[in-house]
Amino acid sequence: MSWLFGILALAALAIIAGLILGFAAIRFRVESDPIVEQIDSLLPQTQCGQCGYPGCRPYAEAIANGDELNKCPPGGQATIDKLADLLGREAKPLDAAHGEEDVKKVAVIREDECIGCTKCIQACPVDAIMGAARQMHTVIADECTGCDLCVEPCPVDCIDMVPVAIQPERWKWDLEQIPVQYIDGSASSPTTEQQVETQ
Amino acid sequence: MSFFIAPSPHHHQKRTTTTIMRLVLLAMVPGVLAQLYFFGWGIFWQLIIAGSTAVIAEMLCLSARNRSPVRGIQDYSALVTAALLAVSIPPLAPWWVIVIGTVFAIVVVKHLFGGIGHNIFNPAMAAYVLLLISFPVQMTSWLPPVTLAGDTTSFIESLRLIVFQFTSDGYSVNQVRAVATGQLLDAVVMATPLDQIKTDLAQGLTLSESLRNPIFGAFAGHGWLWVNVAYLFGGLVLLQQRVIQWQIPGALLGTLAVATIIGSIVAPDTLPGLNIHWFSGGTMLAAFFIATDPVSAATSNRGKLIYAALIGLLIYLIRSFGGYPDAIAFAVLLANLCVPVIDQYTRPQAYGDVRGGQ
Amino acid sequence: MIELTTTSPLHTFPGGIHPPERKAPANSTPTKRLPLADRLYVSLRQHSGLIAELCVSVGDRVTKGQPLSKPGVDNGLPVHAPTSGVITAITEHPLNHPSALTGPTVCIEVDHLDEWGAREPLGDLSTLSRREILNYLQTMGIAGLGGAGFPTARKIAGAQGIDVLIINGVECEPYIAADDRLMREQSQGILRGSKILQELTAAKQVVIAIEDNKPEAIAAMTAALSTDNSDFILRVIPTRYPSGGEKQLIQILTGKQVPANQLPADIGVLVHNVGTAFAIAKAVDAGEPLLERVVTVTGETVAEPCTAWVPIGTPVGHVLQSCGFKAEPQQRVIIGGPMMGYTIPSLDVPVTKTTNCILAPSATELRPADEEMACIRCGACEQVCPASLLPQQLQWLAKAKDYDGLKQHHLADCIECGACAYVCPSEIPLVYYYRQAKAQIREQLIEQQKSEIARQRFEARQARLEREKEERLEKHRKAAEARKAAQAARAESNEEDPVQAALARVKARKAAQEESANAPAVDDKKDQVAAAVARAKARKAQREAEQSSEAESAADDKKAQVAAAVARAKARKAEREAAAQQAEKNGEDS
Repeated sequence: MSWLFGILALAALAIIAGLILGFAAIRFRVESDPIVEQIDSLLPQTQCGQCGYPGCRPYAEAIANGDELNKCPPGGQATIDKLADLLGREAKPLDAAHGEEDVKKVAVIREDECIGCTKCIQACPVDAIMGAARQMHTVIADECTGCDLCVEPCPVDCIDMVPVAIQPERWKWDLEQIPVQYIDGSASSPTTEQQVETQ
Repeated sequence: MSFFIAPSPHHHQKRTTTTIMRLVLLAMVPGVLAQLYFFGWGIFWQLIIAGSTAVIAEMLCLSARNRSPVRGIQDYSALVTAALLAVSIPPLAPWWVIVIGTVFAIVVVKHLFGGIGHNIFNPAMAAYVLLLISFPVQMTSWLPPVTLAGDTTSFIESLRLIVFQFTSDGYSVNQVRAVATGQLLDAVVMATPLDQIKTDLAQGLTLSESLRNPIFGAFAGHGWLWVNVAYLFGGLVLLQQRVIQWQIPGALLGTLAVATIIGSIVAPDTLPGLNIHWFSGGTMLAAFFIATDPVSAATSNRGKLIYAALIGLLIYLIRSFGGYPDAIAFAVLLANLCVPVIDQYTRPQAYGDVRGGQ
Repeated sequence: MIELTTTSPLHTFPGGIHPPERKAPANSTPTKRLPLADRLYVSLRQHSGLIAELCVSVGDRVTKGQPLSKPGVDNGLPVHAPTSGVITAITEHPLNHPSALTGPTVCIEVDHLDEWGAREPLGDLSTLSRREILNYLQTMGIAGLGGAGFPTARKIAGAQGIDVLIINGVECEPYIAADDRLMREQSQGILRGSKILQELTAAKQVVIAIEDNKPEAIAAMTAALSTDNSDFILRVIPTRYPSGGEKQLIQILTGKQVPANQLPADIGVLVHNVGTAFAIAKAVDAGEPLLERVVTVTGETVAEPCTAWVPIGTPVGHVLQSCGFKAEPQQRVIIGGPMMGYTIPSLDVPVTKTTNCILAPSATELRPADEEMACIRCGACEQVCPASLLPQQLQWLAKAKDYDGLKQHHLADCIECGACAYVCPSEIPLVYYYRQAKAQIREQLIEQQKSEIARQRFEARQARLEREKEERLEKHRKAAEARKAAQAARAESNEEDPVQAALARVKARKAAQEESANAPAVDDKKDQVAAAVARAKARKAQREAEQSSEAESAADDKKAQVAAAVARAKARKAEREAAAQQAEKNGEDS
């Protein structure tokens, strides 16, 4: 009969442990951000659709369901690395099929060429284009994510993607980038031109 | 012409790593001279061998790591390591001892950990420990101070001993030692003062009996006293030159003193006093030259105090209750291990930190 | 509540250094006036905040003191014409900024008449409200002359419950002597400005702080205070860099630290520079906007080191040449002092409201940094950091781009004083790393905010599209229901279903057509008439078109333009595609 006691004891233990675990699961439940939210917060929110999904959140959902991490050109390698870190997956190089990392750009409408067709307004994922039918349109530069989506629909091709100019307030202290200016010696110095490196 | 673009500050104190290391080497000179006077020419050869080995090893490592070897050795740090190791080992130890030690210090302890600034352990002390546990005989074969032995090996003879382990007359180091020792006392092995105490106590003698041994002078170990005084002087010069801060030597010597005083009150017969602890081993060298190695020490002021106090305490504990007579190397290595933790918990409170509002 | 007396103990801040001061010889001669430059470049961006709106245009003649821009929103300060002349251009010009980026700048061809426009001193302050005085200071373009050029009116407006107003005459940075000379020469004006500041801030106490290496300035201020019978406190503080930093000075005088992410005003302290105080006095009493400032011109490559009143907008090159500047092959021209100043790549940049020093050192005087060596963890940087940070730790984190770690190590509290890099035995340009890291952190924050806004806008748009779709469906559904209801009603009242009726009518018409087709002869005549009518109509239309062609040309043009634009675009697209195909082909070929 001893085997019976053994089984009973083990069963009792299992039941108790199960109850404790069950209780703990309810009582000490950790409320965490759903993974989709976390992924979405890492994506650059350009809503450009280069990943093949209609916006950042759909792509976040796709990633959560196992899609590749390397389909986001605006976010670039930095975003891929962060996503890989979050999900514990391997960080791959950016998939060139979806585009390449580029400098930040902003859409600018050449306003004298705009015919007011509203096609770009419909295309803009963040409602950053102002205008009405047969009225000139313009881009709210601060809200533009540089997603490129308005360029294609424009029937008169009057939208340019212009690289965002660096403002002194947002300069990143790249002293190496400052062009060295050579001046002739006559102005202030008799010295002739000399090769000088920065820094 | 053109304008030169540079980040601020545009002014620099120009006390470079090279300057600092050179000052450290210079400050070691009095101590080295004292050792030379009391223990013969051996130390001179050891310094030469260690120095050249260190420079060659450093340059090879730097080239292997694709760094400029010439620029790399210009910081003198390899020479400081070599010098610290050379003055720590017995002056007539065979050449291969110091070569192995120096190569280990430079290649393994320093460069395998990422080169200068990245080594966790003090290279000289790690090498010393390696040598001590690998070659215990060679590493404990100290000669009696010249002033006691009355006879000394000449400049060339000491080189012969180091290179061939024999004098021109065919005596080995041990025989030289035996001769030197034999002139003093039969059947007593000449050792360092701390070694002597340890041995005597193990044989059941009391401290005062042990201190009657001629290797002890009136105050501390014969010769060793002056070596320590010389290093103390060099250390004070470093302090005055602001190469080192008072925290490390202060806390180290202070802790050692406190521990010693407590010890000699509790057990005056078996635990030696401050004169022995401060002036009979490598204490001053450790306090001013070894523990102050910035790379492997704690960085903040409070951290330095804790780090050095730990070394002082460990020195005392190992010397008094451990198996080895002197304990500088072990104490320093153990404290090196604690540095990351010490640094973590002694971070100074930043200006305007919430707790520091008032 | 802080209360200070002339004898209350001075406190100390951690760290600090004693670099060679080298204030002489620039501080030993009275402040000069240099010859006016022929062209001034008044940058519209001289301070934090948005660029103010222009109120002049190219070709305008401006008089001295005439505003060139209007006070803008969000800290925007106006700039004024520093002398009389003609505006020759409003264009992008190199900024007086370490980046040497360009910014909108008004170029004035100076007529050397130096003719003032209307000046309206504020008069009796007691009759004016605080708001009015602050507005006046803003229109006068008064900015903090000590550091970042923060608009003074804004700084005062934001401060409530000030116990101590500190007038900062410390000037701890080597070489710079602008405040030193100003205190020696204009002590009365500085006191006057300080008094106005005291009234505006309702500060209970005013402390003037001067470092003990400026005995003449101390004497001049003491004399001014004694003739003035004011209750201002003059404190002489020991010379140590960076004691003139706002936070450090507060700590020295009051023993208090400004909590992180807070302003001095939060602990009841406000700090203003002596130069700012003097500029306020000049604006209020003489009606002069901020047009010029004292600039130290010094360094061994300058033949006559001096301090000078320099109009804002004067090119740095002009200032240097007026003082006998002779450039070396690799000349550094530093705006500011040797510790915190920045080098400029060209001498065209103008003097701004915050330019307190132009330093052109020789290579032996301030030796350029040697190549960076490895950090040996010596901790020298930590010993001198006035903010009690861990500079070497920060350096490692900055190199590893560990921005979270940097935040934890309080990088934001770094004042970029350069003390750490000054003592570093490995000559690591620590501050450079911190600045880059700070810029990256700031950039990340901006990007994060932008992407958050983009996300919200995207979601709002999605919601809107969804809503519109539902509304459309709802409308259709309602229409369908209405139809059904109507049908039902008709069915009840035995009315004819309109749909059925329509169908019946269509059927009837078809039948009729078929019939008429079967009998063409009958309609021949009818057809001829119709054709004639059509011809006539066409002729008429043609006539009308000819008549109205001129009138309608505009409209037609517009249509034609659109058509042309579309055509152009199509052509361009086609061209591009062709080019792409060609390129592809080429790619394949190769």
